[in-house]
Amino acid sequence: MSDRNPYLPSPVKIIGLRQETDCEFTLTVAAERAITPGQFFQVSLPRIGEAPISVSNCGPDWIEFTIRAVGRLTNAVQGLRPGDNLFIRGPYGTGFPIDRFRQQRLVIVAGGSGVAPVRPLIDRVVRGELPVKSLDLIVGFKNRSSILFSDDLAAWKEKSRLVLTIDKPEEGWNGETGLVTEHIKKMQFTDFDDLQVVVVGPPVMMKFATAEFRLLKVPSERIWVSFERLMSCGLGKCGHCKIDYTYVCVDGPVLNYSHAAGLID
Amino acid sequence: MSESFRLSAEQFAQLFEQLSTAYLLAGPKRIAGAGRFSGTDLVRYAFLKSADELELHEKSWFSPKELVFPPDETLFYFNGQQFTEATLPDDHEIIVFLRPCDINGIDRLDRMFLENAGVVDPYYKRRRERLHYFMIECRESFENCFCVSMQANRTSDYEVALRFEENSVQVEVCGQKFVDLFARAGEKAEFKPEFVSENPVRVELPTEETMPPEIFNDKFWDEYDSRCIACGRCNTSCVTCSCFTTTDLFYGDSRQCGERRRVWDGCHLDGFCDMAGGHTFRKDKGERMRFKTFHKIYDFRKRFGVDMCVGCGRCDDVCPEYISFSNCINKLSAKLKGGL
Repeated sequence: MSDRNPYLPSPVKIIGLRQETDCEFTLTVAAERAITPGQFFQVSLPRIGEAPISVSNCGPDWIEFTIRAVGRLTNAVQGLRPGDNLFIRGPYGTGFPIDRFRQQRLVIVAGGSGVAPVRPLIDRVVRGELPVKSLDLIVGFKNRSSILFSDDLAAWKEKSRLVLTIDKPEEGWNGETGLVTEHIKKMQFTDFDDLQVVVVGPPVMMKFATAEFRLLKVPSERIWVSFERLMSCGLGKCGHCKIDYTYVCVDGPVLNYSHAAGLID
Repeated sequence: MSESFRLSAEQFAQLFEQLSTAYLLAGPKRIAGAGRFSGTDLVRYAFLKSADELELHEKSWFSPKELVFPPDETLFYFNGQQFTEATLPDDHEIIVFLRPCDINGIDRLDRMFLENAGVVDPYYKRRRERLHYFMIECRESFENCFCVSMQANRTSDYEVALRFEENSVQVEVCGQKFVDLFARAGEKAEFKPEFVSENPVRVELPTEETMPPEIFNDKFWDEYDSRCIACGRCNTSCVTCSCFTTTDLFYGDSRQCGERRRVWDGCHLDGFCDMAGGHTFRKDKGERMRFKTFHKIYDFRKRFGVDMCVGCGRCDDVCPEYISFSNCINKLSAKLKGGL
């Protein structure tokens, strides 16, 4: 095989490990890749297997993956420490249309582990690399103990209108409560000319959050979602992530809602 | 440019032997006693030792796709932290005897493995490049065939086309590679292959460019909830089903060493849509039937401009629950026509 075999992973060194919650952790690996926020890697451990994991942040020579230990691979990855190797191939997929977000009023709604794929996007805005007119963030978690990226949330608050909400009131929690949809309802839009909306989270959350924006008359073309599906290749070959004529691994995971709304699994 | 020849059965047998010295020859082969019921045979694609092993009177249970996309295939070996790409055990070229529907079927696989997303699958490509098509002329349908409706009954993509007669074989040879061999083996003739032009089973394809959303959840599919048992035979026997999953295995005496394989998977099988954390899509068998049906006759066309299904009818041949895919297509079209 003359060209580089796209199925062969590369070893990358783990240089950081941060426990986010009881079952979620962020690994930083040393790797230089050109990444668009929203893209993912096929992450693997020989003997265990491979799974698609979205990039939860990146720099010129490092990549972060925020992982929930809920499967065979992710449970095994949980045992790794700085100095160990992780095996990756990618980046894959179509990320967020960064250029279309430039100088727009950007609204990002993310729920639970869906915060991970939008984090590099928010980070670009907060660092000033992606200039926008305004940034509204609605970030929802199930409860206090499932809040991810606490440090980032503080930094984001300084550069955006941030609503951090947990599903139900909890003792010791003085912040916002309720599902993200309840906070979307409070938003008001008089025009949509320079508006871009991003919604990422569990399937049910995305379904109802996008519906709320539609009720607010936000045009479908101005809403972006990111899908999560089982994938074995990331290359448009294995067939697992196909919905209608769309392959989530290559046409997505970030899709415009005008396209995504018509997709039925 | 093509030339045609007639060979006696003996001449063809000799030529087959001669070809065997330079090529592997694959074709439908009868395997005695290996059938679905006791005392029945299995016809499947296999490498052939002689011309008389070529089974021409019965449709093969499995398709020739195994030659380009085996049921399981090692992608690479790992040894601690290092990977070694799996090589093919040999680099023999393969002559495969196959019918027009299967040639069209492999064309559909080409679109997935060589074209989709602009990525060439190297494992498929290296197997695909070894194939030489010797097309078995197919003038009459087998049971359940509906290739004509799927416009997959004809092809010009072959190097040799063969008509097997009582005591002779007529061939059309295209291109230079095999002309001399056939010219030496037989005498010149006037022969062009014919193609089946009518099947007893016909399907009417839906004409919708975009399926109405209601049909996705229509009760129409519920019948398959109880009927389909998710055995995946329709997927494994289909020449165009190309889904796979990857799995790692390690060797018992050294847990650092092992290999990553890809293995056939199918949209009718349990677990096909399972994600980590317990979420899944298409739990019901009817939803899986809808997904497969639309892929085969609707959304593949949207992506590649041609229908995926080639109408070989193997899915109907092998279904233990007697689900008929051609019936399903016809019922779907009638349903869409009749209004939802």
